[in-house]
Amino acid sequence: MKKSFKLVGLDCANCAAKIETAVQKIDGVQSATVSFMTTKMTIEAEREEMPAIVEQAEALVKKLEPDVKMVKA
Amino acid sequence: MSANQKRLLRIIIGAVVFVMALVIPFSNHFVRFAVFLISFLVVGIDVIWKAIRNLFRGQLFDENFLMGIATIGAFAIGEYPEGVAVMLLYQIGELFQSCAVDKSRRSIADLMDIRPDYAQVLRNGELQKVDPDEVEIGETIVITAGEKIPLDAEVIEGTSTLDTAALTGESCPKEVKPGDLLLSGCINLNGMLTAHVTKEFSESTVNTILDLVENASSRKATSENFITKFARYYTPIVVILAAALAVIPPFILADASFSEWIYRALTFLVVSCPCALVISIPLSFFGGLGGASRSGVLIKGSNYLEALAQTEIVVFDKTGTLTKGVFAVQQIHPHGVSSEALVELAAYAESYSNHPISLSLKEAYGKEIDKQRVTKTEEIAGLGVIAVVDGKQVAVGNQKMLARFSLPATVPNDQAGTLVYVIEDGIYRGSIVIADQIKEDAAKTIDLLRRTRVKELVMLTGDAKSIGEKVARQLGLDQVFADLLPADKVAKVEELLKKKSAKGKLLFVGDGINDAPVLARADLGVAMGALGSDAAIEAADIVLMTDEPSKLFTAIQISKKTRSIVRQNIVFALTVKLLVLLFSAAGLVTMWAAVFADVGVSVLAILNAIRLIRCKK
Repeated sequence: MKKSFKLVGLDCANCAAKIETAVQKIDGVQSATVSFMTTKMTIEAEREEMPAIVEQAEALVKKLEPDVKMVKA
Repeated sequence: MSANQKRLLRIIIGAVVFVMALVIPFSNHFVRFAVFLISFLVVGIDVIWKAIRNLFRGQLFDENFLMGIATIGAFAIGEYPEGVAVMLLYQIGELFQSCAVDKSRRSIADLMDIRPDYAQVLRNGELQKVDPDEVEIGETIVITAGEKIPLDAEVIEGTSTLDTAALTGESCPKEVKPGDLLLSGCINLNGMLTAHVTKEFSESTVNTILDLVENASSRKATSENFITKFARYYTPIVVILAAALAVIPPFILADASFSEWIYRALTFLVVSCPCALVISIPLSFFGGLGGASRSGVLIKGSNYLEALAQTEIVVFDKTGTLTKGVFAVQQIHPHGVSSEALVELAAYAESYSNHPISLSLKEAYGKEIDKQRVTKTEEIAGLGVIAVVDGKQVAVGNQKMLARFSLPATVPNDQAGTLVYVIEDGIYRGSIVIADQIKEDAAKTIDLLRRTRVKELVMLTGDAKSIGEKVARQLGLDQVFADLLPADKVAKVEELLKKKSAKGKLLFVGDGINDAPVLARADLGVAMGALGSDAAIEAADIVLMTDEPSKLFTAIQISKKTRSIVRQNIVFALTVKLLVLLFSAAGLVTMWAAVFADVGVSVLAILNAIRLIRCKK
């Protein structure tokens, strides 16, 4: 399944790339993209693994970019 | 006050203090330092704060951290003006970037303006204003003049004109009457319309398009991936080089001073952030995608936008793509009667049929059919129609019909179409050629495509060879394959795929009906006239909203422009950075010059990218 999030406060393209790379590396993530221009993150993973992945992604975003908030789209 | 306005204010105040510090000849060294420090803090406190925070998070290659080190370092070796200037210019660059990004995001938001805010539904005899999301299939909605059509629906009452510009990029108004389909996102220009909802909001045209545009920037182009990958290595390498530059030469070279080499190393840090480059690439693609959708071309991803310009082979489907898919009388060959009389006979004989051929005959006749004149009609399968018109027996049909009346087969020269023979009371009256019509802009499209990198133009058709070849000849196509079943089309495309060069792309254009497998097999699948056809939008990579093939050329042009801007930005930014690195290692540039060059490159790259958003049709 695919899930989309808004990355509120995303104002640097390099940070978008960093978040994208980091989220892609989370176990169980089939694909992850961050579009800097639409500030949208899409994560694709198995349904049952999704909650854990979202939690990890939230933590990663917080670590990489403290000013960016991950919100459900 | 917005974040950007605050930043601007800080930049202005900081700059004023900075100029004061430069101009006033301070006798006291400490006072001079303090004034510089104040302007520095006013301008860069947020950067310093983020730098400290990132330091504790172990993120040493963060741009704020590096900028912080560079400027504090400059202060440490006594170069106060440099420290402030670097921070000041860096902040100006950031402000500029932020404004540019905001602006382009807003321009896409304007595009999103086609989203209807409400729907007026008729419930229990009352008109209610509700969210389009809450309307169900089969409900009745009312659209008054000036309103957006909220959901796809079928008109049951009223006539009006629609402005479809938001969907097609064409401002030519479209007439609608009861029975016609309304596409959400269009604007009702004058009359009041009552309509039955045919699709839920989430499935409606407007939402499909918005989704598509929103998600397009998630499919990244190769150059975009290249730059993010590059950025990942660039910063650490420059930082390591800077560290080496600060430490090694003073130990090796006899007359080298620490502060001199530290200064050079700090200059390295100033250009260590590839941000401008990283921003300008998605900005360019975003602009290109937006520009394309504004001219009625929906591109599903940056990768497709990038690939379009590399199109080498274009494969067209015939019916509905190069031709209108509508039959019309092309030639009339009367025999002993006038052309008008021949068409009249045929139209009357066929008046009870709804076959496309009958319809085209009736259209060619152009007058109201007086059904009283037709007393008897009989359809003979595989032959045609025999009717009694004005008391005379009129037979209209193919060659077998001629044989039935024992008439010789007279074949006119031109066979590119369906031949219909007309026999009146056993006497041959002539023949009519009915064929599909070539679209007005088909020839222009071929002509325009010849000016791009396209090497081969091919047409596939399920029609007979004679028809296919005639169309291909008229349009000047390179190759035509006729008599193809849908599966054969895939096989042909696979054959053609082998012919292209490694980098070249094969593009297939179809009307999206029955050609999903071919659309998927081609490097780039283009569905045209796909407005309102979900299957086509689903299967294709690129969707032409109108049924003009010439939009294909528009799309390729936008792709070319995007690519060249992206390439210019990459080459320009990297060259400048490299030069700054080389010169500062040699001690030939000041920190001032370095940051000036770096910010200048960012601004120019962003301005260059923004050109695409303004890109006209």
